Amino acid sequence: MSTQYNVIGTRPIRHDGADKVTGRALYGADIQLNGLLHGAILRSPHAHARIKRIDTSKAEALPGVKAVATAADFPAAGDKIVDLGEGATPLSYIRGNVLAQGKVLYRGHAIAGVAATSAHIAEEAASLIEVEYEVLPCTLTAPDAMKDGAPILHEDLHMQEFGKKTDKVNNVADHFRFSIGDAEKGFEEADLIIEREFHTSTVHQGYIEPHNATVLWNNDGRVQVWTSTQGSFVVRDTTACILDLPVAQVKVTPMEIGGGFGGKIPVYLEPVAAVLSKKSGRPVKIVMTRKDVFEASGPTPGSYIRAKIGAKRDGTFTAAQAYLAYEAGAYPGAMVGPGAMCIFAAYDIKNVTVDGYDVVVNKPSTAAYRAPGATNAAFAAESVVDEIAEKLGIDPVDIRLKNAAKEGTQRVDGPKYRRVGCVEVLQAIKASEHYNAPLGGPNRGRGIGIGFWFNVGLPSSCTISVNADGSVNLVEGSTDIGGTRTSIAMQAAEVLGIPAEQVHPSVVDTDSIGFTAVTGGSRTTFATGWAAIEAARDIVRQMKERAAKLWETEPAEVNFENGVFSKNGKSMPFAELASKIGETGGPIVGRGAVNPRGVGGSFAGAIADVEVDPETGKTQVVRFTSIQDVGKAIHPAYVEGQMQGGSVQGIGWGLNEEYYMDTTGTMRNSSLLDYRMPTALDLPMIETIIVEVPNPGHPFGVRGVGEANIVPPPAALANAIHQAAGVRLRTLPMKPSTIMEAVWAK
Amino acid sequence: MKWFDYQAPRNIGEAVEAMTLHPTARPLAGGTDLLVQMRAGRRTPDLIVDIKKIPELNQLHFEPGLGLTLGAAVPCYRIYNDSAVSRAYPSLAEVANIIGGTQIQGRASIGGNLCNAAPSADSIPLLIALGATARITGPSGERTIDVAAFCTAPGVNVLQPGEILVSIQIPPTAGGARYLRFIPRNEMDIAVAGAGVSVTLSNGNIQSAKIALASVAPTPITVDASSLSGAPVNDDTLKKAGELAAAAAKPITDMRGTADYRRHLCAVLTRRALASAIAAAKESK
Repeated sequence: MSTQYNVIGTRPIRHDGADKVTGRALYGADIQLNGLLHGAILRSPHAHARIKRIDTSKAEALPGVKAVATAADFPAAGDKIVDLGEGATPLSYIRGNVLAQGKVLYRGHAIAGVAATSAHIAEEAASLIEVEYEVLPCTLTAPDAMKDGAPILHEDLHMQEFGKKTDKVNNVADHFRFSIGDAEKGFEEADLIIEREFHTSTVHQGYIEPHNATVLWNNDGRVQVWTSTQGSFVVRDTTACILDLPVAQVKVTPMEIGGGFGGKIPVYLEPVAAVLSKKSGRPVKIVMTRKDVFEASGPTPGSYIRAKIGAKRDGTFTAAQAYLAYEAGAYPGAMVGPGAMCIFAAYDIKNVTVDGYDVVVNKPSTAAYRAPGATNAAFAAESVVDEIAEKLGIDPVDIRLKNAAKEGTQRVDGPKYRRVGCVEVLQAIKASEHYNAPLGGPNRGRGIGIGFWFNVGLPSSCTISVNADGSVNLVEGSTDIGGTRTSIAMQAAEVLGIPAEQVHPSVVDTDSIGFTAVTGGSRTTFATGWAAIEAARDIVRQMKERAAKLWETEPAEVNFENGVFSKNGKSMPFAELASKIGETGGPIVGRGAVNPRGVGGSFAGAIADVEVDPETGKTQVVRFTSIQDVGKAIHPAYVEGQMQGGSVQGIGWGLNEEYYMDTTGTMRNSSLLDYRMPTALDLPMIETIIVEVPNPGHPFGVRGVGEANIVPPPAALANAIHQAAGVRLRTLPMKPSTIMEAVWAK
Repeated sequence: MKWFDYQAPRNIGEAVEAMTLHPTARPLAGGTDLLVQMRAGRRTPDLIVDIKKIPELNQLHFEPGLGLTLGAAVPCYRIYNDSAVSRAYPSLAEVANIIGGTQIQGRASIGGNLCNAAPSADSIPLLIALGATARITGPSGERTIDVAAFCTAPGVNVLQPGEILVSIQIPPTAGGARYLRFIPRNEMDIAVAGAGVSVTLSNGNIQSAKIALASVAPTPITVDASSLSGAPVNDDTLKKAGELAAAAAKPITDMRGTADYRRHLCAVLTRRALASAIAAAKESK
């Protein structure tokens, strides 16, 4: 099937480009309001402690301080289960993470907020708040937290097992099992079984813009919020929930966002700034420091994984089994579910059992990070697959092709795939120039990995109004973290038969557009794009009515193709008809409000070439290619950008990034200097191969493209390092000292 | 950050006076360490004395036979942009080019790198290997000490209240020198270990060698390399130099690396740096 498009598949300049490259775009911390106060947060120096007493009197007495807030200032609403965009969660957890109640559960846990006339005064005032702690022993990793006698974070957290509450209190929030076929029988049929253990460190998304919030609690009782977020409606609903207000009493204006990757879905500062604003009567702005971002926002879980695969001599996988224990951080919700669904998602294996454990530990409460849970899991599975291929003497691509998931393959959690592109991704790897090129030097190795991530639907809204000059204004609620203004505008332009430049997209506040779920789950181009398609179709329908009026015919008689309305030899381009909307009946506004099904998951692959210094263990990535089935690339340059961005984050995760914690639960590398994300100087140009297997569930074949690309890199790097240095690393990050220690131990 | 006063004296006398009157005062050259430390609350000076407007502290003067006078406030970029200095001390130009990124090098000074006295300071092992001295002025006059003796503990140096570093003096070199550090990234990183080496050759043998290390002790340290004098230039000698360095290192385990790994790196870096310095010495003849 080849469809001819006019706009889709082209590379127009992004609508927000000029503002971004000239520095005129307004990010969260840029907001300035009359009478603005600056806030600071007092954070726990302990990883685990009971709060015996908080005395704010000295802070309140400091000249320049206008308000102080603690958890006691939140309304004493009873606990309830709420779903604010990241699944059902007790409100007490969300509220308790914003300001600690009774106990602090990680170093950096917010305890109190201060608003003052300058940031320096606020900071000093925060340091004057006296907190009496009863310091408790802490537990920092999933295996340790699950041991008998481990310090318990939540005395009231009873383990849920296989969907039922138990009476066990053991830091495990949930133990679940997915199973298809009969794994035990499958392993009996295998000629080779490999089972390995893996450890991965807590890592951070590393967005450059720190969290921020500015709030004005107005005299009329309405609460206005300006913030950079992935979901303005999530901020609205969470803030309203914590403050016990009707949702419409909160209005959230999303500012430009300097990176999110899943980490800017949770709410941290808004409710505190709101309380401080209410108490002081003035707007309050709070901006996190980088240290706060590391210590008190939501990184992605560290994990302990055991993965086992059985294979016949010809490479056919007969069974797979995995045990995943993910560190949720201070509150349940470690994204181990998706990890369990994804660990073997790239393979058609009939007998699979996966056990997942959601474990609370004394680290910051984790948040989503680009394909959350899947990268850890793929590191384990793809390392085992590589070892099986090596032992059986089969090419790593061929063994994957032999077992690749395809239409009809059942995933361990139940669903069967519709048309997917796993095979096509592997074929693209095999056919690529990179995979067939010589390595070009000693101490080099090449590894591959593949991985899967979902695509979600969820509600999106869009309105489009027609301008008399033939352009249209598109209004949406999806905050733009990856070029979605343009990818959404292009879908509307395609329907309307006009150039992308004739669409003016705006991301607006929560009062000005219908509910729109978070920018996450690789859903925005898919779902908000769909809303834009619906809105554009609504415009076409109304425009046909106007043309029918002019031509004195029925709307059904009017044709519309490539931006031209026609009927019996008469024709009128979109712009000309737009110029006549005043005389034909007035304004035209189209609307789209969707909650689409038909999501299309995405498979991605990576080819990594590395060179390992045999004396220092330092890994240099010398060549890297990202391959992904994107369904249909609406704007190929932004798709390539997503693939490159995900690859870079995966490389950082694989090689150097980690929360380096001491035994007291203090992160010792909470700065960008020591956290060691890769810089441009550490990376080759990331090559991309776009594979297009259209998603049958979307009008233009769109799949989610933002996330799957981060899944394969650590595994591909581990497999490459094995070839280069002769050691299989099963711990992330694969930093130089870890590689040397493995070489020495050989 | 707390409030502080700012003063920008035009001569050394004013600077010394200000520093003497305010015991918690800190001198400011590029500020690339100081401002970060103040923001983090690690230093709380009541006065900042900006030394960038003092002529002597901005001197960058090379004279064959006499050596280099490097003013304490001279930013890194001036070193590698100066062709005479880069020719005479290519290893120094290289070090000036690896401290921070380009923007940082527009402000950061080698003098500041020395005074900050970080165990990981990239310039200090090379300065020690080059036999550099520090010219200090204070309320009781002027004194000169070896850079090797300048740092006394992490973040602490020999400067007494009221004293400032005026310049670093580097003698003329007859051989080759090189500083190598190990960082997990390629730039913009703190040394896990670093080795500064200088060497002079005589009849194909090592006449004398100096070795100093970063990031493996509370201060940059000097390795006793006297046993290398007279040794032939070969792999055994390079290996021996590495062993001397590893034996002298007293590293700790922290987020930047384990003690064993750092000791191992000392040997590798010293061997590589010495080989490179020998090649440079041969070339300069």
